[in-house]
Amino acid sequence: MSSTKTLIPVTGLDNSGDDPRGRYPLILGNTYESITEKVCGVVEESRIRPLWLIGFLIALGGMATLFSLIVYLIATGVGVWGNNIPVAWAWPIVNFVFWVGIGHAGTLISAILFLFRQNWRTSINRFAEAMTIFAVVCAATFPGIHVGRIWLAYWLFPIPNQMLMWPNFRSPLLWDVFAVSTYGSVSLMFWYMGMIPDLATIRDRAKHPLRRFAYGLLSLGWRGSSRHWHRYERAYLLLAGLATPLVLSVHTIVSFDFAVSQVPGWHTTIFPPYFVAGAIFSGFAMVVTLAVPARAYYNMRDIITIRHLENMNRIILATGMMVGYAYAMEFFIAWYGGNRYEQFAFINRATGPYAWAYWTMVSCNVLSPQVFWFKKARTSIPIMMIVAILVNVGMWFERFVITVTSLSRDYLPSSWDYFRPTWVDIGMLIGSFGLFFTLFFLFLRFLPMIAMAEVKSIMPAPHGDAAHGRDRHAAKAAAAAH
Amino acid sequence: MQENRLNQSASGSSGHDDTAPQKLYGVVAEYGTPDELMAAATRVRDAGYTRWDTITPFPVHGIEEAMGIKPTILPWFTLCLGLTGTSLGLFMQWYTNAVQLPYLISGYPFLISGKPMFSLPANIPVSFELTILFAAFTTFFAMLALNLLPELFHPLFRHKRMPRFTSDRFALVVEAKDPLFDRARVEALLAETGGAVLDPLLTPTTRAPLPKPLISIAVIVACIALVPPAFIAKARVSKSDQPRIHIIQDMDMQPKFKAQAPAPVFARLFGDERASLQSPDGTVARGRLVEDASAVSGKDSSGEWISGFPAGFSLSEEILARGRERYQIYCLPCHGMVGAGDGLVSQRADFLGRAQAAGATPTGMNWVKPANLSEQRIREQANGQIYATITYGLNNMKGYASQISRDDRWAIVAYVRALQLSQSAAVGSLPAEVRAQLEQQPR
Repeated sequence: MSSTKTLIPVTGLDNSGDDPRGRYPLILGNTYESITEKVCGVVEESRIRPLWLIGFLIALGGMATLFSLIVYLIATGVGVWGNNIPVAWAWPIVNFVFWVGIGHAGTLISAILFLFRQNWRTSINRFAEAMTIFAVVCAATFPGIHVGRIWLAYWLFPIPNQMLMWPNFRSPLLWDVFAVSTYGSVSLMFWYMGMIPDLATIRDRAKHPLRRFAYGLLSLGWRGSSRHWHRYERAYLLLAGLATPLVLSVHTIVSFDFAVSQVPGWHTTIFPPYFVAGAIFSGFAMVVTLAVPARAYYNMRDIITIRHLENMNRIILATGMMVGYAYAMEFFIAWYGGNRYEQFAFINRATGPYAWAYWTMVSCNVLSPQVFWFKKARTSIPIMMIVAILVNVGMWFERFVITVTSLSRDYLPSSWDYFRPTWVDIGMLIGSFGLFFTLFFLFLRFLPMIAMAEVKSIMPAPHGDAAHGRDRHAAKAAAAAH
Repeated sequence: MQENRLNQSASGSSGHDDTAPQKLYGVVAEYGTPDELMAAATRVRDAGYTRWDTITPFPVHGIEEAMGIKPTILPWFTLCLGLTGTSLGLFMQWYTNAVQLPYLISGYPFLISGKPMFSLPANIPVSFELTILFAAFTTFFAMLALNLLPELFHPLFRHKRMPRFTSDRFALVVEAKDPLFDRARVEALLAETGGAVLDPLLTPTTRAPLPKPLISIAVIVACIALVPPAFIAKARVSKSDQPRIHIIQDMDMQPKFKAQAPAPVFARLFGDERASLQSPDGTVARGRLVEDASAVSGKDSSGEWISGFPAGFSLSEEILARGRERYQIYCLPCHGMVGAGDGLVSQRADFLGRAQAAGATPTGMNWVKPANLSEQRIREQANGQIYATITYGLNNMKGYASQISRDDRWAIVAYVRALQLSQSAAVGSLPAEVRAQLEQQPR
């Protein structure tokens, strides 16, 4: 809306042109009404789509696996995992950091891109925010069950008690509790608040009284009043302003879990920015992974256009380069810092028993996004899908490499060991994807997957129609006259 | 203010009583584009109306100015509560980790790796997160509160064009409560701005009562909700000698069988009433095979003490040495080096006994002096009986079966026999070289 450049007309679905004389439309061939019809249509259709159902059932199976394994874990003890000294922080923490990282794209898109007035965010932000919430749910599961005696997990919070027992506020693990729970709750609220106007749209279209009641309750009686919109937009801006430092702080604090310790390979000052870049990197890869099939399946190619995907791929390329820079800089500092224990840790990382994991990470995270230098690759659906999945894999391995290689070669060579996961570890990782996708499939079916109100607000306004016998420019002139 | 009883159908949906008396809420006009709405809003504003609103499917930029909406005070709430979050975060960390004040819920200062009790750098992350938490939630709830939401009923919800107003059309509503409101004039004004004037908004004059079952459910739920607080209140003022309710038992309850406990379910299924299962008949545990029953009991098949040694036990120099070693560990403290019943324990008991007799110590003592192993009574005992005494004990002496293995007990029996011999052997019965050795010693 802010651009004064002329709009270049586009036929078909390719709006990825680079003509500098004008700007390309972000939403192709839609009116306000068709957006409503399309987005609400998904929520309103009475039939259950077969592919959706198959996907949902598979995800549900995964979630059931996760929950059964959690019951097994609690009933038996943490010995069912492969965690053991020296690798006491193994897959549970790897999975935690992996999911929390993925959870960063949503708030980044809704908050930081909002502050930067990147209008293209509107088509994907609902998606990305939903993904954030679900990823944070998956993430929060893992440290919760990693504490061992899970029924005492409330000790993490400063709850007054007769034992005068308080958390140690000087520990990064406790900062993490505050960071992740603040992030989870604020993201949930931000997501919900963004959804209120769209829920009202669904409410007003609902035919069944129960449906009307449910969406009516969820939309809190929103009626699109301009007086309400005024405060709503101000609140949205404030929340974006608050969520921006929040999203940066969360992965910074997650990285403190490692960086504040003294384990060689963890104790590095580059961790906070490196983790944040990695989080955005993996988050965008996950958005692409989810958005590409969803836009095709629900026929939203004209709302989530190739231009949106291209922009995300650019961010993947940029953040992938930052991550690659961080990998290189870690080695440089290990050499330049002259600490031979740190030097050993890094040489061991690249050439030791976990070299296979290290080089998987490097090829997935640094090499594979390099194809995005080419416009053909950035706008090719199969290529971006492959790269996005590779990045997801690579980012999981990054956390694995950081956590496991550093611990498995600790101070005493006598306690060095090679970490092997158990079937429970593997089942829980797969199960966490089940939980994530179960929530995501439910979201697609019951909530508006595109932020309709926001998309409409960036579409070019329609010209006054003949029924009212008024010209747009005349209306403008009238408005200006007052 | 007009008070019309209108029964026009202004609603598109079902679920409410259309025959209830209704009054006019306001006049609605519909517009096709944001620009038209904006122009109309400017006109309405300039006409001096105050109780009116525009309804749009998305925020229309510039409408605040067109409508004359004043900037909201929302950011001030955010700022104040954000700062509250910061201070509360810092206070909480200082109060709980750095000091112990004499209040009911006090902090607990604890030193970790010599770090300062309170240092800003370590406390920034939590304070920061609480700042954001407070500010963000305040922003959301203050936005709702300032908008008077949630509002689950509004006359607009019944208007048949409402689905369009939250989708693609724009509406302007002038409320009947406006001091300047005059239906004909307002409708004329709106028509003049290019709006399509629609059916007016109606609202019921009275609020429908809550359904009766809902009220009874609410009363019941409220009563049930009072039960836990009542229990807590009772617990606060009463005393109990019962241990605290412990939902997770941790190590208080351990899933294991105790030897003397009655049988758990599985043991009862496969065994008898005892928790410790008995071996099935005819099985022999490792190391428990007995070839000669007299080696265990010390008796022969007719129940008499055996005078020799059990089958398979052959006397040798090594056995005697082993018996001597075991004797000096287990028997010597009471029975003494040569079995005269004068071990250190015995001597001490004698001393205490004399002291007690003299009235020096008040403690009651009941001591039977250990036997002199060389006395006639014991010389005459069969080997089996001595073995049984070691095994089961006698008088003050406890049974040593749990400490000394069976073979060692027989070895001790052999050594006791050697001791007896040493105390009364005739010089003439000694081997020649031993006798020579003995004779060389000074008398």
